[in-house]
Amino acid sequence: MMKRMGLKCCLMLAMVLGAVPLSSRQTTTPAATPSSATPASSTRTPPISRELSARLDDIDQKVAAAQSAGDNAWMLVSAALVLLMTGPGLALFYGGLVRRKNALAIMMQSFAMMGLITVLWALVGYSLCFGGSGPIIGDFAHAFLRGVGVAPNPDYAGTIPQLTFMVYQLMFAVITPALITGATAERMKFSGTVLFMTLWFLIVYAPLAHMVWGKGGLLNANGGRFPCLDFAGGTVVHISSGVSALVCALYMGKRVGFPKQPMPPHSLVLSFIGACLLWVGWFGFNAGSALAASGLASSAFVATHFGAAGAAFSWSAAEWIKNGKASALGAISGAVAGLVAITPAAGFVAPIPALIIGLIAGVCCYLMVTKVKAIFGYDDALDAFGVHGAGGTIGALLTGVFAQSIINPIFGEGKSVGGLDGHWGQIGNQLVGVLIAWGLALVGTIAIAKVTDMITGFRASEEHEVEGLDVTQHGEEAYYLES
Amino acid sequence: MGIFFRCPKDHKLWGTVAGTENAIGGRSGKSMMKLEAIIQPSRFESVKDALREAGIEGMTVTEVRGHGRQKGHTEVYRGREYTVDLLPKIKLEMVLPDRLVNTVVDTILKTAKTGKIGDGKIFLTRVEEAIRIRNEERGENAL
Repeated sequence: MMKRMGLKCCLMLAMVLGAVPLSSRQTTTPAATPSSATPASSTRTPPISRELSARLDDIDQKVAAAQSAGDNAWMLVSAALVLLMTGPGLALFYGGLVRRKNALAIMMQSFAMMGLITVLWALVGYSLCFGGSGPIIGDFAHAFLRGVGVAPNPDYAGTIPQLTFMVYQLMFAVITPALITGATAERMKFSGTVLFMTLWFLIVYAPLAHMVWGKGGLLNANGGRFPCLDFAGGTVVHISSGVSALVCALYMGKRVGFPKQPMPPHSLVLSFIGACLLWVGWFGFNAGSALAASGLASSAFVATHFGAAGAAFSWSAAEWIKNGKASALGAISGAVAGLVAITPAAGFVAPIPALIIGLIAGVCCYLMVTKVKAIFGYDDALDAFGVHGAGGTIGALLTGVFAQSIINPIFGEGKSVGGLDGHWGQIGNQLVGVLIAWGLALVGTIAIAKVTDMITGFRASEEHEVEGLDVTQHGEEAYYLES
Repeated sequence: MGIFFRCPKDHKLWGTVAGTENAIGGRSGKSMMKLEAIIQPSRFESVKDALREAGIEGMTVTEVRGHGRQKGHTEVYRGREYTVDLLPKIKLEMVLPDRLVNTVVDTILKTAKTGKIGDGKIFLTRVEEAIRIRNEERGENAL
């Protein structure tokens, strides 16, 4: 009887010890160590029989499996949420902002990325981004998704199948080129889009993704030469696409009739729906970047929401003060700007700093889009640069200010992370990341634009542009109201 | 039967057509008039109901944009201002026998008026012929 009591006590003790890792914070480092249960054979417990040891190991495995199941469920949902951001989130957001004759064309550009980038990702993309351990680019170890199966990749996300991690990252690669189409809206050839985006993905996105998130990457927060804090892609996604968008807009030139001819959005209702889908989807984008269903994911989720709300608030306030009215377009644009700015910061900052980042981004992007664009006169049709390029840059720099070890001890327990911890030098590292992203986007895009122009042509002809891209590029009309 | 002369000062053409006060009602008594009314969209339902009560069947309605002396408004999209001076209106078109024209004009004037600039206008033009497609009836019987 005493022996059975002792057995029960040991089992309960082991279960308590095994439950401890579930509540520990997980870091986002690519070389994340899977949470492991403390071995039952620690110095506190008395020596145990082999049978008991086997049972405890079994419990360890089940606990880890439960954690994995939770992580995998969240990550699969996050992957779906991020895809939702592209289709239909971005498609609707952009679609509503263009004139009716170009509605399908801009939506088609987003949708085409869902197909094109997936193919490229499966062939070489995943491998170039997350294979190997070079400082700038990956390798071909995982070409054709070789070796990518159910077993976790301990370098990146130790508790979920590598398939989940791969498909999650794919959704980021899908939406990033789609963002660029906002600047070239209403005048970009579809054939040019396909060629340009293929080259851009391989030459600009893949190296940047590897540098920031890949093992051994130059800018990787964990062990890179210039550890740059980019939780969900402020540099990789937003600065790269935003700056590339500006280059494309400048290279392509202004739309026929710009700026004299009025070109108001043909359906702000569609844009509204798209923006709301983007906001909701962004929870997958940011909170999913915790790569686990953890406290960090909760933290990133909250930061994301506060960033969006803060920026919607401040953009609307700025508009109200300037124009006497707060517009729906301003409110949704503000929300998107806030989401962009909080993207690099989401898993590093506390809720109130997230709100502040949003408030700042809302006002800054409002000024970029209304004042700066008017001063320079470039035709960034849907403000891809004004919102993503500018918002991403602001967010990346503010991440260096507001990141705190208490939220995410990314550099190690007890090591200060950002300005609020006293490590103001992090802003310098952020700046390096920002400059590299800007540089790669600038140089890469100019070259790719030129090549595209030579092969397929980049800009649609003037007649095609005036008639409308839906009819001329795709042979369709978006709305056939007479039928 | 008209008297026309050219004003020596500015060469504008002036004239009068005899019997204009009798134009409505017509010499043959079988004239038809096209009535075109551009009215405020907010008054349309009242006008339609009043016309139905007055026994008028048949009208064509289009949504149009335009302006007379009414000022438009400014819309702002992400800092870019657009002046919208083509305002939405409703256009009613009817072809009526002469005897009904006065009734319809009075009805429309009464129900479409708000007293503010932008109320719209009524135009009357003479119609040469009207034909019903179903049975090829002509003239006033076709209305």
